[in-house]
Amino acid sequence: MAFFEVQDIVKFFGGLAAVNGVSFSVDEGQIVGLIGPNGSGKTTIFNLINGYFPLNKGEIWFDGETISGLKTHQICRRGIGRTFQVVKPLKRMTVLDNVIASAFLRHRSRSDAVGWAEETIEFCGLTHFKDKIAKSLPIASRKRLEITRALATNPKLILLDETAAGLNPYELEEAIALIKKIRDSGITIIIVEHIMKVIMTISDRIIAINHGRLIHEGTPTEVASDPEVIKAYFGEDYRA
Amino acid sequence: MKKPVAPFLLLVFLLLFPLIFTGEYYQHLMILVLMWVAIGTGWNLISGFTGQVLFGAAAFFGVGAYTAALLSSKLGLSAWWGLPLGGLVSVAIAFPFGWICFRLRGPYFALATLALNEIFRHIATIWESLTDGMIGILVMQTFISKIPYYYVALGIAILSVVSVDLVMRSRWGYYFVSIREDQDAAESMGIDTLYYKMVSLALSAFLIGIAGALYTNYMGFIDPKVVFSLHDISIMAILVGIVGGVGTIYGPTVGAFIMVAVQEIFRTGGFGALHAIDKATGWPFVAVLAKYISEAHVLSFGVLVIIVILFLPNGIVGDWRLIKNKFVKSQKPLG
Repeated sequence: MAFFEVQDIVKFFGGLAAVNGVSFSVDEGQIVGLIGPNGSGKTTIFNLINGYFPLNKGEIWFDGETISGLKTHQICRRGIGRTFQVVKPLKRMTVLDNVIASAFLRHRSRSDAVGWAEETIEFCGLTHFKDKIAKSLPIASRKRLEITRALATNPKLILLDETAAGLNPYELEEAIALIKKIRDSGITIIIVEHIMKVIMTISDRIIAINHGRLIHEGTPTEVASDPEVIKAYFGEDYRA
Repeated sequence: MKKPVAPFLLLVFLLLFPLIFTGEYYQHLMILVLMWVAIGTGWNLISGFTGQVLFGAAAFFGVGAYTAALLSSKLGLSAWWGLPLGGLVSVAIAFPFGWICFRLRGPYFALATLALNEIFRHIATIWESLTDGMIGILVMQTFISKIPYYYVALGIAILSVVSVDLVMRSRWGYYFVSIREDQDAAESMGIDTLYYKMVSLALSAFLIGIAGALYTNYMGFIDPKVVFSLHDISIMAILVGIVGGVGTIYGPTVGAFIMVAVQEIFRTGGFGALHAIDKATGWPFVAVLAKYISEAHVLSFGVLVIIVILFLPNGIVGDWRLIKNKFVKSQKPLG
């Protein structure tokens, strides 16, 4: 059994199949990229994994147990952290308080939680923003705060939803370095990303989806040259 | 960290108050203020800190009040047992109510609490074999002097402020504020938002229920219209919170002083000033004004809320720096 496995998951919104029979698996310690055009169902897959939406069909396995049907907070407790594409900082709290609230999941005493929160903030390079109110942060730091908060729950698997969107080239390099650093600390990563530079340089494997279906799965070079994927992104005329 | 001096000075003042101001009227007003400190602080925990607007504080207030009254009228026990028990019965109602209604978000939850308020008012009115309906329940008061009641009320007010302060420094406090700021984010951080909203509501209900039991003991008489009153209890609780400062520890304390004063000014027509003018001058319109103003205190609440929301959206405590700056600036010339 794989470390993380999605089996034939289906999600309908009314009559629309947002995700239609997707299956894939992720090995421990990998970075897996999830790509696809806008509206192809990437974020919906994240929302299904993290229990934000209930599944219509299929099953999700994590660490030897099924997690389908569990609530979001229970899934987080099992060890799956996530970030949101549209960042959701706890606006009127400081960066440190944001992360402390998260750290309390595994550190019951306040001093332990503060200690772990400060360590995680240091790890993600947000130390100089520590006492800033979350809503005052620039977008790059807000995205980083999302990651920090997810990491503070000590996840074994982390779902990163477009954490590099809207960043400048310098910030992009930093984001890539951080994602690699997270992988090196032993955390498995599934990442949704539109910026090909990011997804191509860091992913061990890439899963391409379109219209809620899996169209290709393989190494970055395989996926980039796959005619189905090119068709999905550029349309019929650009078929190789 | 700098310890705030103001709360300490206020505490000393409150401890000495009945010794300095021996007039029963002032002691009565201060007991009401302290009762509202407890209710407002309880309201603030669920609404200000956890972000779930409680529109039916009177449900818990009335349940606490009726618990104390029924202990005395039906079981022959002292109504003082109502203080702990009234709080616990309120919790017993808050927990299942929260379990059902916290699936609703935002204004829908607020409306559900409004319904809870009305449900209990009707139960207390209709179930005459238990509550005597609109006739109400009379409880013999224990003390003639106001001073014992004053110190009990002070104890409850201190209990509520200190306990909310402690809770807000703990893990629970972080969870409550996280839920207020973004429920989806909180849930994905591993916080069981439904459960912690229930915990927050239960703590609020406990404090408000105790205040209700205090009311029964102090006033010696309750009926459904008074203790389940929408405007005199539920809306007043919201006003105490908003005027003082939503989501601040001492906001409801400040709000309680102001709101009880506003209510009293209107009820008495400016502490009897209008009646005095009427007597002295004999102008007929003053008498009419005096009559209508005392009936219009709810209207004044509305005006006050508009003013506070426009100019001090975070309340007096929340916007204290703003107020101070304005005051200081007006003394210094610009430039």
